[in-house]
Amino acid sequence: MDPQRNEGLLLKRGRRRGETLMETVVRGSALVVIAALVLIFIFVGKEALPLLTSAEVNREVTLETMVRPQANGQSMWQPVSEKPRYSLAPLLIGTLKVTLVALLIAIPLAILAAIFASEFAPQQLREIVKPVLELLAGIPSVVIGFFALMVVATWLQDAFGFRFRLNAITAGIGLSLAVIPIVFTVAEDALSAVPQAFRDGSLALGANPWQTAWRVVLPAAMPGVFAACVLGFGRAIGETMIVLMASGNAAMMSFDPTESFRSFSATIAAELGEVVYGSPHYHVLFFIGAFLFVMTFLLNLAGHWYVGRLRARLGGNA
Amino acid sequence: MKLWIKFIGFGFRTLTGLACLIIVAMLAIILGNIAIHGGPRLSWEFISAMPRAGMTQGGIFPAIFGTAALVLLMTVAVVPLGVAAAVYLHEYARQGSQVVHLVRLALANLAGVPAIVFGLFGLGFFIKFVGGGMDRVFYGGTLAFGQPCILWAALTLTVLTLPTVVVATEEALRAVPTSYREVAYAAGATRWQVVRHVVLPQSVSGILTGTILAVSRGAGEVAPIMFTGAAYYLPYLPKKLNDQFMELGYHVYVMTTQSPDIEATKPILYATVFVLLVLTFALNIVAVLVRSQIRRRLRTA
Repeated sequence: MDPQRNEGLLLKRGRRRGETLMETVVRGSALVVIAALVLIFIFVGKEALPLLTSAEVNREVTLETMVRPQANGQSMWQPVSEKPRYSLAPLLIGTLKVTLVALLIAIPLAILAAIFASEFAPQQLREIVKPVLELLAGIPSVVIGFFALMVVATWLQDAFGFRFRLNAITAGIGLSLAVIPIVFTVAEDALSAVPQAFRDGSLALGANPWQTAWRVVLPAAMPGVFAACVLGFGRAIGETMIVLMASGNAAMMSFDPTESFRSFSATIAAELGEVVYGSPHYHVLFFIGAFLFVMTFLLNLAGHWYVGRLRARLGGNA
Repeated sequence: MKLWIKFIGFGFRTLTGLACLIIVAMLAIILGNIAIHGGPRLSWEFISAMPRAGMTQGGIFPAIFGTAALVLLMTVAVVPLGVAAAVYLHEYARQGSQVVHLVRLALANLAGVPAIVFGLFGLGFFIKFVGGGMDRVFYGGTLAFGQPCILWAALTLTVLTLPTVVVATEEALRAVPTSYREVAYAAGATRWQVVRHVVLPQSVSGILTGTILAVSRGAGEVAPIMFTGAAYYLPYLPKKLNDQFMELGYHVYVMTTQSPDIEATKPILYATVFVLLVLTFALNIVAVLVRSQIRRRLRTA
């Protein structure tokens, strides 16, 4: 039965060696995937580490001064000034602000659209809707950033007269466009994975299609829908170009979504180009990168854990 | 049936349909806006000429050339690697083994790493570690590869697009009926012969989908190449692997945020965005079409 057992007996030595070589090559390629992830962790972490270990770096900035709130309004991000300040608070607030706006737009839209695509749309329409939403994922984020900056910002300014042209609402709308495809795809997969028997049973008991969708299919697919939200969150906090272009990049301590802000990712993108190699500022930027990496890594693990739970719950039909 | 239940049902259905419509409308507005403003500005000169007058006039040829060269280098690296990894996962590895589980976990996580972190990785690993190491060993410490250049930018994008290629290829491998493999084995073929002569030829369209998606993604990403090789303006085209290059997406970013006179650059900017969008979008449409073909076959298989 096992084809490999016969090979050793029948093949000439040269061919056998070729077989072993190819197996090594493909296995090596698969291991490169694991190696890539490990190397990212090591090499981003390596440049972030001096923040914790180097006395020279610590003379200018320590982890404690970065995270501890400073007295009256001194929590600032001013890495290039006479007396550099590296408080992460304004960046954290900015990141959370824009992520919240983006998720508030993206999650309801994407999940409702997923319910439509999997439960209500006729077969033919579904065949169109799914690829179209996949196309949204194909728009480069720099194009969305450009659109948010040039068009959305002007529209919002004209409509609401915000004091800041570039703010968390502008960037959040742009960011939601990047988040919608991933939330939609994962949620739609989860809903479609619910066995048809669930729906048939519910309908046979006299429930409406919408009651079936809302009370039977959605609860059954819940871990997958939750995973969609978690993965969308991971995408939102890491997205760079949209936020970099449409946020105004002012590191302010303000929870007001109509004011400018600066996110973690945009800070790295805006500052790494001009930073002196090996300076405290350089290591701080890598530290932020390592933080983003660990955060998105954990969110991804959580997301995939929930997808796994969905599969277990639906009994291997997913 | 009570009337209000019907009413809620209608409302709920409409709401879900509306959500779908809003998303499609957003897509249409972006595409329409950029096509309307960018399309008319397009000309042969714009695509084939060098920039003039502080990039407010002339063309964007170097950016198009740089993008093409970057993506080509990336493809040469990522396609063999990704296809081989997928072949291992689906054809060689014992399903359910620890290694397969780990590789899949790594793939899923790699796909979720923020683009800017890839930029940091490219700088720390490819430029400082590999490039710097090459300079010390082969070039006696003179700067050759320990600097941002097209090779390192392409390899950074290779790591970024690897999951795309692996996932698409694996999907195609899954669509090849098991009976094909069994017939080949029964005829005495070895495992590699089965892969080489039966499975891979049957999966060409899937591999192509993965490649196209990777190219489209690679051509559109800016954050990973900002520090690994893209340049604001260069009067020459990249000729060696360690040259810097201009790139469409980076060009858009720089002109949008750092232009001294945004109104003067606006027409050219829109046209550049249009070119970038046509490039990535046309590729995506092809990929989505091919993929829906494969999925249909998968369902009937």
